[in-house]
Amino acid sequence: MPCRAAAVLLAVLLAVLLAVLPAAPARAQAPNVEAAKKEGKVVWYTSLALPSAEKVAKLFEAAYPGIKVEVHRTGSQRILQRVMQELQANIKNVDVIHTSDAGHFVLLKEKKLLARHVPAGVETFPAGFKDKDGYYFGLRATVNVIAYNTQKVSGAEAPKTWKDLLDPKWKGKMVTAHPGYSGVIATHVLALVHLHGWEYFQQLAKNNLMLVQSAVDPSGVVASGERPVAVNGGDYTFYQSKKKGNPVEIVYPKEGVPLVVSPSAIAAFAPHPNAARLFTDFSFTKDVQQVMADSEGLYTGHPEVKYPADKPKLNELKLLVSDPDELEKRSEEIKKRFVEFFGA
Amino acid sequence: MGLPLGWLVQMSVSGESGYTLSRYQTVFGDPALQKALWNTVVLAFWVGVASVAVGAPLAWLTARTDVPARGLIRGLVLASFVTPPFLGAFAWVMLAGPNAGYVNRLWRGVTGAEAPLVNIFTMPGLIFVVTIYTFPYVYIMVANTLALIASDLEEAGAILGAGRLWVALTITFPMVLPALVSGFILSVLQALALFGSPAILALPAGFHTITTQIWSLFQFPPKVEMAAAFSVPLLLATIVLLWLQKRLLGRRGYAAVGGKGGRRRVIPLGAWRYPALGACLVVMAAAIFLPYGILAKAAFSKAWAQPLTWDNLTLANFTFTFFEYSATRDAVVNTLELGLLTATVGAGLVALLAYIASRRLVVGYQVVAFLALVPVVIPGVVLAVALFIAYTRPPFVLYGTLWILFIAYLTKEMPVGYAQSDATFRGIPPDLEDAGRILGAGRLRVLGDITGPLARSGVIAAWCFIFIGVIRELSASIILFTPNTKVMSVVLFDLKEEGQFGAIAVLGLLMLALTFATVTLVQAVLGRDVLGARD
Repeated sequence: MPCRAAAVLLAVLLAVLLAVLPAAPARAQAPNVEAAKKEGKVVWYTSLALPSAEKVAKLFEAAYPGIKVEVHRTGSQRILQRVMQELQANIKNVDVIHTSDAGHFVLLKEKKLLARHVPAGVETFPAGFKDKDGYYFGLRATVNVIAYNTQKVSGAEAPKTWKDLLDPKWKGKMVTAHPGYSGVIATHVLALVHLHGWEYFQQLAKNNLMLVQSAVDPSGVVASGERPVAVNGGDYTFYQSKKKGNPVEIVYPKEGVPLVVSPSAIAAFAPHPNAARLFTDFSFTKDVQQVMADSEGLYTGHPEVKYPADKPKLNELKLLVSDPDELEKRSEEIKKRFVEFFGA
Repeated sequence: MGLPLGWLVQMSVSGESGYTLSRYQTVFGDPALQKALWNTVVLAFWVGVASVAVGAPLAWLTARTDVPARGLIRGLVLASFVTPPFLGAFAWVMLAGPNAGYVNRLWRGVTGAEAPLVNIFTMPGLIFVVTIYTFPYVYIMVANTLALIASDLEEAGAILGAGRLWVALTITFPMVLPALVSGFILSVLQALALFGSPAILALPAGFHTITTQIWSLFQFPPKVEMAAAFSVPLLLATIVLLWLQKRLLGRRGYAAVGGKGGRRRVIPLGAWRYPALGACLVVMAAAIFLPYGILAKAAFSKAWAQPLTWDNLTLANFTFTFFEYSATRDAVVNTLELGLLTATVGAGLVALLAYIASRRLVVGYQVVAFLALVPVVIPGVVLAVALFIAYTRPPFVLYGTLWILFIAYLTKEMPVGYAQSDATFRGIPPDLEDAGRILGAGRLRVLGDITGPLARSGVIAAWCFIFIGVIRELSASIILFTPNTKVMSVVLFDLKEEGQFGAIAVLGLLMLALTFATVTLVQAVLGRDVLGARD
């Protein structure tokens, strides 16, 4: 009898262990909060729109008092430039790198500049959000859309497809952001080159576009009416602008919308590695991912995140997905040809 | 100085194996870069012409006529002089963007026209914006010269029967010609070296100038060698122009210019008094009233393009800039630190150098003066490229620290400070010092008791000039900063790239407040305005 009871006990124990064990490897590098507090801060180079980035930082500082987040927000391409320039001068400053150009992470990983870290909970994320080797993970996603100013353009005459933008009637009325600054736009350009070829951009440039830098900026330009139509830009920036009461409407072209997954990774040389892991894990929690969806209008990889009812779900959209390796390989070409067509 | 510039030239010619001119071939063979060069030439030339066209009449009006409110006009010219040009450019985006710009909306409202009145994102637009912040250079040169020319010659002409216009053309004009030409050259140099305004106005329109092109060559993957090769023509152009200016001024000095004797007769404008004042105020509206107004409006509104109603009124831009945006505080602290340090070290250094040079204390004092003035030939972007190359490698790795910015600022502001100090020491007659020496005091005692107190206000003025120069510096900072060493101008530029109008306006107003506080201080110390000429 005691023998049988022991066997049952053993079986229960085993079952419990089995249930617990699979989760264990993912938590292998469980962040050490005490060590992170000792480090005192985490340095975040991010291309997330400034107000959104500051919001995430404040949430983290509230959750972990004593650890400061240093936000350095600039365009994706500028971030890569900074990281590489600093390394050249042997400056080790950045802990967490977050850009919207997945190609950057292919490059950084290849150069062994990333630390391997799997944030808790990301195993449930879709494949497009995960590096198979565990170096970088998609913190957020957006799609590139067309947007227009409803005071200047009626819904009926508004462009419906990417090709509609080639119509000469839009000459001098459109704005584009720059792939030499923004990862969102670099990804956008590659996706549309696959869809319509470089001739598309060659023709688009003939419509005399205003050139801004950040993928955040077209929403401001359209809202002010400086140019009534934006030919690209993250849908979340237009969504936010619309929510603030600006006369902005978003068009999801039916040829498909370029999906931009923006990865986050920890630098191999991070001066505050514990805080970096803690911050990374924090940014992938459901709460923070939900904040990004709610107040910023971003998409995320977290399966439990609920989206605002007035935004289309990702699975309702035809997505144009870009391959990070190709983005990395063709980044020079993308920037060079864009400058060739648009002038600067 | 020598080290960075040496590296610059070396870098531009060094190839995989040995030396090569291939980079120059690439630079000058590339049509895009050729276009940038040409754009810069066009911009600089027309800015020079337009600055003379605006600055010279304005100077004549305030120096020689009875146009009303001369003091006010001078004050406003000064304000335009110290306004950071990139802030002006930014404000003009809101004023004259072809569709949302205020001026154009007003134009459409009044005329019902479809086309905009002005499009600021064009070459003429860029020339306009650069000119309204560059013409004070011409103004200063011409006003100072006019203030020194006695009216005797003009009166002689008038007595001999020449009409007013004829006198102006045949007597006054030739005498101020050297000042005009050198004002023209200074304006051209200013336009050549400018980075902020082209970045804000030319890039959206799809064209580059040399400075923005050099800056874009720093983007990943950086082509520092190309940037170096591209910097050399800018450097050479500057040297040639300055040499030209020196020759012109040296040759065409009239005995009448520079003398203090003689009275300056005020020319009555009669019925033209108020129209003339109106013309001055139009210029000032373009340079000061409209831009400052729109910045103030953008700072307090949620959406800058919407009317300023209760709904649109907000303090959120201030709370965001000062409390939520973490980069602001560090940048303000860095800027003030660098400003104070550079101004203090710089003012001390130029005072010492000017004292040594004016009293001929060491052999080769001319060399001292030359070295202090020579950085004037180096545009900020070029200086930055050179410093970047020199200080990202051993023996001195300064990139990533505030020191590299300190060196850049000190080098860049040295000529201005030196010119001011030099004038101060030349203005103190050595007789007083000699008297002290004869009475038995040592040189140090004389310096402390006589020269020091006399030179104090001049040194403080030099300090303020350097300080103002530092807090607005963008063209060198934009290449040399790292995230930990951001300064206000760089943060402003970052915000501009993201289109955060409200925050830019707030930070811009702060920068203007700092500048004007400093200017007020100089005026109080000097007891006159900083433009130099007497009223």
